[in-house]
Amino acid sequence: MRLSVQGIVKRFGATTALGGVDLDLAEGEFLTILGPSGSGKTTLLKVVAGFEAPDAGRVRLGEEDVTEVSPRQRDVGMVFQNYALFPHLTVAQNVAFPLEMRRRPKPEIAKRVTEALALVELGALSGRLPRQLSGGQQQRVALARAVVFGPRLLLLDEPFGALDRKLREGLQLEVRRLQRRLGLTTLFITHDQEEALVMSDRIAVMNHGRLDQVGAPAEVYARPATRFVADFLGESNLLEGEARGDAVAVPGFGPVPVACPPGPATLLLRPEALRLDAKAAGLDCRATGRVVETIFLGLSAKLRIRVEGGPEVLARVPLRPSTPPPAGEGATVALGFAAEDVHVVPRG
Amino acid sequence: MLTVFVGIVFAFLMLPLLVVFPISISSAAYLQFPPPGFSWQWYQRYLNDPGWIDATIRSVQAASLCTVLAMGLGVPLSFALVRSRRRWVRALDRLAAAPIIVPTIILSIALYGVFSRLQLIGAWYGVAVAHTVLALPFVVILTSAGLRTFDEAQEQAAAGLGASWFIAVWRITLPQLRPSLVSAAFLAFVSSFDELVLAMFLSGASMTLPKKMFDNIMMEVDPTIAAVSVLQILLVGVCLGLTALFGRGALATTISR
Repeated sequence: MRLSVQGIVKRFGATTALGGVDLDLAEGEFLTILGPSGSGKTTLLKVVAGFEAPDAGRVRLGEEDVTEVSPRQRDVGMVFQNYALFPHLTVAQNVAFPLEMRRRPKPEIAKRVTEALALVELGALSGRLPRQLSGGQQQRVALARAVVFGPRLLLLDEPFGALDRKLREGLQLEVRRLQRRLGLTTLFITHDQEEALVMSDRIAVMNHGRLDQVGAPAEVYARPATRFVADFLGESNLLEGEARGDAVAVPGFGPVPVACPPGPATLLLRPEALRLDAKAAGLDCRATGRVVETIFLGLSAKLRIRVEGGPEVLARVPLRPSTPPPAGEGATVALGFAAEDVHVVPRG
Repeated sequence: MLTVFVGIVFAFLMLPLLVVFPISISSAAYLQFPPPGFSWQWYQRYLNDPGWIDATIRSVQAASLCTVLAMGLGVPLSFALVRSRRRWVRALDRLAAAPIIVPTIILSIALYGVFSRLQLIGAWYGVAVAHTVLALPFVVILTSAGLRTFDEAQEQAAAGLGASWFIAVWRITLPQLRPSLVSAAFLAFVSSFDELVLAMFLSGASMTLPKKMFDNIMMEVDPTIAAVSVLQILLVGVCLGLTALFGRGALATTISR
C-alpha cells in the first residue's frame, strides 16, 4: 500500500530528531533511508510504526490517515534491529502470534504459519526456540513473523547489522526477492551505503533529521544533491575550486570545463573516474602526483595520490591478471579525468 | 579453600536441623539432647491437637492470601516504578524497601491501633493484610530487578503485531519474568508463614502457627515444638522445590538478588 509521510517533526527536549520530513512510497516500492547513526532514521521508522507520536505532520497509509492510530491497529510488519523474537516461544509460535492477535481460526493459523516458514525456508525448524537458531535464521523468523499477517507496509530497522558479511549479502538478496514476490511496500533503514545501493528502488539520504536527497541509487550516487550525500555515499574526491563562467579552476588540475555559477565550487570526482599514466593521456584535465599509499583490494587497487600543487586524491584502478601492477608508494604518476565524469555538488 | 568455607557455612545452616530432628523423635517428655529413645509421639500429639492443626491451617490461609495480595499489588507497582518516564516516580523505587527498614514492632503497634478499630484483630485475613506490608518489598525488589533486564522492544514488537499492551505484558513479558515472579511469590509466602511479631499483636485468640509455637515454649516446653519445626521446615522445603520446578533459575535469582 502507498505510504505518505508529510512534514514530520519530532523533538526530544531541546534536540530536534526530525525537522520536517516528507516522503512518498509507491505501492510495492522498496525505499531505503540511509544515514549515519543519530541522523533520525530510526525515529522516523518509529513514527511510521506508531511507537512515537510526531509533534507535527501526518502519516498516511493508502487513503487512511494513521497518525493517531495505535501501532497494533496499523497493520504494519516490522523487523527490529535485534529481531525482538519472543525467546520463550517456538519459531512457529512466534510466527503465529500476529495471527492469534487477529483471532484467526486455528486451521488458518497453522496453514499460514507453515506457508510463511516455507517462504523463508525454515519449515524444518518450526519447533525450535529462537536461542537454538543462528543469527541468520533468527532474522528470517523475524521476517516471516512480520509478513505472515499480510501487512500493509513492511519496516526493516537495520536487520542485517549483527550478521557477518557473507550471510548479510545472501540475506539482502533473499529479502529483496521476497519483497518483490509479495509486492510489499517496504521502508528499509540502514547506515550501510553498499546495502542501500544493492537493495533499493530508491534511496533517501538522511542527515540531521532531514532528507538531503531522495532518488534512484544510480542517480544519488552519480549526482548527489549535497556535499553530505556525496561524501556519505561511496568513496569520493571532493575538489574545491573557483568557478568562472564555463569552467572551474581546480588547483593542480587547471580549469575543468563544467558549467557552474561563479564563486567557490565543489566538484565530485569518484575514485574510479580518475585515470592513471597512459590512460590519463588525452583527457580534459590532467595533473601529476606522487603516490602516498597503495592498497591492494583484490579486484582493484586503491591509491592515495598527492597532486602536485593540489589536494590529495583517491584513485581506484581495476586489476586484471594481464595488467601491470599499480604504481607503488613514492612513484610519480600522471593522472587525469574527463569533464563529463565530474559532478558539480550544489552549494546549500 | 572455598570448599572448606562453603562446608563451614553449610554446617552452620544445617546444624539446627541436626538437633531439632532428633529431639522431635525423642521418647523423653522434655527437651533433651541427645534423645534417650525413639518415638513418634510428638508428631501424633501435633496431629491430634486441634489447636495445632487450626493454627497451621490459619497460617497457610494467611500466607496464601498474603502472597496473592503482595503479588497483585507488587507486580503492577513494579511496572509503574520501572517504566515511568518521570524521574520522581523512579526515585520512589528506593522507598519500596521502607517496610523492611521500619522496626516490625512499631508497625505492629500501629496496625494494632488501626485493626482494633476495624475489628480485624483475630481474623486470619487481617494478619494476611498486615503480612502483605512486609512481603511487598520482596515482590517489588525482585520483580523490578527482573523487569529492568527485560528488553522493552519485545513489548513494542508485540504491539506492532497486533497485541494490546495488556496482552503483550501477559503473553510476552510476564512469562519471561517467571523466575523472578516465582521467587517473589515464594519469599512472600514464607515471610508470612514464618512471621511472629505482627501475629502476636494481631492474631488474638485465633493464633497463627508461629504464635502457637511461641506460646507452647512459654507454657509447656515439650518436644511437640520440635516436631512442628521439622514439619514447617519440610513445608518450606517443598515450596522451595516447587520454586525450582516452576521457575527455572528462580532459586539463583532469589539468592543472587
